[in-house]
Amino acid sequence: MDLRINQQTYQVDADADTPLLWVLRDDLGLTGTKYGCGLAQCGACSVLVDGNVVRSCVTPVAGVVGREITTIEAVEADAVGKRVVEAWVRHQVAQCGYCQSGQVMAATALLKHNARPDDREIEAAMVNLCRCGTYNAIRAAVHDVASNEGAA
Amino acid sequence: MKREQLPLGEPVNLSRRRFLLASAGVAAGALVLGCGLPLGVGRVEAADAAAASPIKVPALLEIRPDGRVRLLCSFMEGGQGIYTAMAQIVGEELDIDPARFLVEAAPAGPDFVVMDNGRRITGGSMSVRTSYPTMRKLGALARAMLLQAASERLKVPVSELTTEPGRVIHAASGRTLDYGELAERAMDLPVPDADSVKLRAPSQFRWIGKPVQRVDAYDKSTGKAVYSIDIKVDGMLHAAVQHAPRLGMTVASVHNEEQVKAMKGVHSIHRLPGAMAVVAERWWHARRAAEALQVDWQEAAADSRVRAMPADFSSDGHRQRLAGETGPGREAEQEGDFASAWNNASTRVEATYHNQYLNHAQLEPASATARFNPDGSLEVWLPNQAPDMFRADIAKRTGLDPEKITLHSPLLGGFFGRHFLYDSANPYPQAIELAKATGRPIKLIWSREEEFLRDVLRPMAVVRFRAALDQDGLPVALEAVSATEGPTEARAGKQAEKVDATAVEGLAGKAYAIANRRIAQNYVQGPAMLGYWRSVGNSLNDFFYEAFLDELADQGKHDPFELRLKLLRDNPRLTTLLNAVGELSGGWKRGPWVAEDGTRRARGVAMASPFGSHAAVIAEVSIENGQVKVHEIWQAIDPGSIVNPAIIDAQVNGAVALGLSQALVEEAVYIDGKPRARNYDLYPILPPARMPRVQVKIVESGEKMGGIGEPPLPATAPAVANAVAHLTGQRIRSMPLSRYTFS
Repeated sequence: MDLRINQQTYQVDADADTPLLWVLRDDLGLTGTKYGCGLAQCGACSVLVDGNVVRSCVTPVAGVVGREITTIEAVEADAVGKRVVEAWVRHQVAQCGYCQSGQVMAATALLKHNARPDDREIEAAMVNLCRCGTYNAIRAAVHDVASNEGAA
Repeated sequence: MKREQLPLGEPVNLSRRRFLLASAGVAAGALVLGCGLPLGVGRVEAADAAAASPIKVPALLEIRPDGRVRLLCSFMEGGQGIYTAMAQIVGEELDIDPARFLVEAAPAGPDFVVMDNGRRITGGSMSVRTSYPTMRKLGALARAMLLQAASERLKVPVSELTTEPGRVIHAASGRTLDYGELAERAMDLPVPDADSVKLRAPSQFRWIGKPVQRVDAYDKSTGKAVYSIDIKVDGMLHAAVQHAPRLGMTVASVHNEEQVKAMKGVHSIHRLPGAMAVVAERWWHARRAAEALQVDWQEAAADSRVRAMPADFSSDGHRQRLAGETGPGREAEQEGDFASAWNNASTRVEATYHNQYLNHAQLEPASATARFNPDGSLEVWLPNQAPDMFRADIAKRTGLDPEKITLHSPLLGGFFGRHFLYDSANPYPQAIELAKATGRPIKLIWSREEEFLRDVLRPMAVVRFRAALDQDGLPVALEAVSATEGPTEARAGKQAEKVDATAVEGLAGKAYAIANRRIAQNYVQGPAMLGYWRSVGNSLNDFFYEAFLDELADQGKHDPFELRLKLLRDNPRLTTLLNAVGELSGGWKRGPWVAEDGTRRARGVAMASPFGSHAAVIAEVSIENGQVKVHEIWQAIDPGSIVNPAIIDAQVNGAVALGLSQALVEEAVYIDGKPRARNYDLYPILPPARMPRVQVKIVESGEKMGGIGEPPLPATAPAVANAVAHLTGQRIRSMPLSRYTFS
């Protein structure tokens, strides 16, 4: 099957029900997307499909054929994603960093849909788990991007 | 191996071999400075590349012709910011911007022992405080060599030279030389006597003590950081396992091995001690096949090498067993005469506390990659907090000479104590066995479910407190007897000569002026595998002690903040700290009161002195839909002196999150010898919505430097418990609070 990932087309030989996560990681070597739980509980595997955040560990690869997939590897090619990454660095969000690919993708999806989310909207959208406790830094970074919206 | 697979995904990483060629002058010069034993004299060894196998050459520091500095770090980076701290410390004395550093994990071997206790672990919040003088000296020695090289090149005395970040200056002639230009020349110089170099005065620090940006922030924000689970080596196969449901059980028979072998992508099926493994071209195939195996497991043999988990074990049952241990215990701390103070007291207070088992639940599941090379050597990529211990263990298991074993230590996707050496809790023995059996490199990932099944647990304890109050309601005697098994004695499988400090820390070692004290332990060996969990014994014991202290305050009709001040009246350092957190919170007020949003709120206070540092926490809580909501955490922390305030702020946030997680929601429940939770669905960890605002005040007392990764954790849970107890009138004597009903 053909997959559109990060503006490129990849030929992939995988069973239809293989989770997108493992196609990305093992078939395509895109290991920036992380495996955390396999049950859509933690969000470490978050990627964008047609601009919406999905948890790739429970997304059958057949379901994303013909759709535009964006992974952390290409997040900076997106104008919003680039600003999210800059805010992540400015706020020194990452500790161990393992969940941060997913966090950055979730924040990018949120801010692409809603340039100025309020606290409640941020809380509703930013639900990925982080064991290092970077939640406050994440919140601050998302706010930062939101408040600079239009200024950039 | 391929260097580009190492942590940080640094594209210009040179291979060790290529680097040696470069440092020998074949390609381009680089100053390589190694440092032997702690505080020992550094030495240049790179020139003699042929004399030793590359991995043995000590090379903590390499200054490259392009002016970048590569530091092989003795400590593992797992979020605590140690790579950045080391770059700051070395960069300070070397006089080069920490942003110019490439930091990587050093391989195993004695050349990378930089801790003043002669060990090499990443744990106990020890990294900075035990290596600080050595790492500063390393930077200073390298700078001295660069100055010497510049002196020879410019033909002026060293005394006329100074440095600015990254270059040597001859002010008199206005000439400058970049470090990179001097590296090759400096390489041939002898390392000066370590005592001959002068360290910078702290008042002159450019980077130490400043909120320097992390060296890995960008890579970790863009998916470029490389963890063990991301390792890829040529020709490797993927492996997954199905563990026995209880440790110690072994494979009796497999019903459907042939069918599973025929599943797509399956390369081979293997019987391992206590597990079945499937090797496949893709991990997804391996995992599906491993799960599909229908295995009959048999009970552990009588001579089982591992700690066998019985079928009737439950965590609640174990707690009852601990509660039944009511003997006097073995003393860990004794001061004054508790018994007579107790007998003569007018007011006595007794209470029993307990806590829960916990998982580490770090976001990166455990994995290991193993490769046997044609020359018989073995390479293993694995998460670890102590490379030498792991290499020694691999040598023991494989019979290989340790020199034949290369350990690679990628970034840790969280650790919190998970990646110490625990028998049967690490995947590398299986990966090595599978690599041997298949003749191919193997990457084994434990699924989240297998990770939870074999993770070691934070210990459980039941603590009986007794205390006596004088006529003024002040505690004059306190006894705590803990029925527990500490993580260190659990790893050893037996009690040591002395009480396991990791079992009683946080009960013992409290600073309050209570004249008569008795802290003791009843050792109760259980079947569960136990391990270190961020802040170790303090994670439970400070909860018990500080919550009980609030009971004493209430009994003695003292405000808990005022009582602590009274008990610390002869301790200026902790008095300052407690007042600092009070001020940070806008002045101590206990409540309860009704906040603007209509919620009824109260505050609690607690303190802890773990790992050489001191912490004081105030928590503000309300009850929302029957659950505790923590609104605010204020924490004042005194680690003596600091390296990076921004990273400390982050570490406090992280420790608070973990402390709240155990206080509010976490619990590893065992029933019928098995964990109820094998994933985050049944093992909740603190979600973002429950993270309070955290405000941090760093107090630099100037006392001996303490740790920072763990110390901000232990006072968090009791501060919350004390606030909740005051708000609800319901005593909190156990964690997690999700087991309580509040209205």
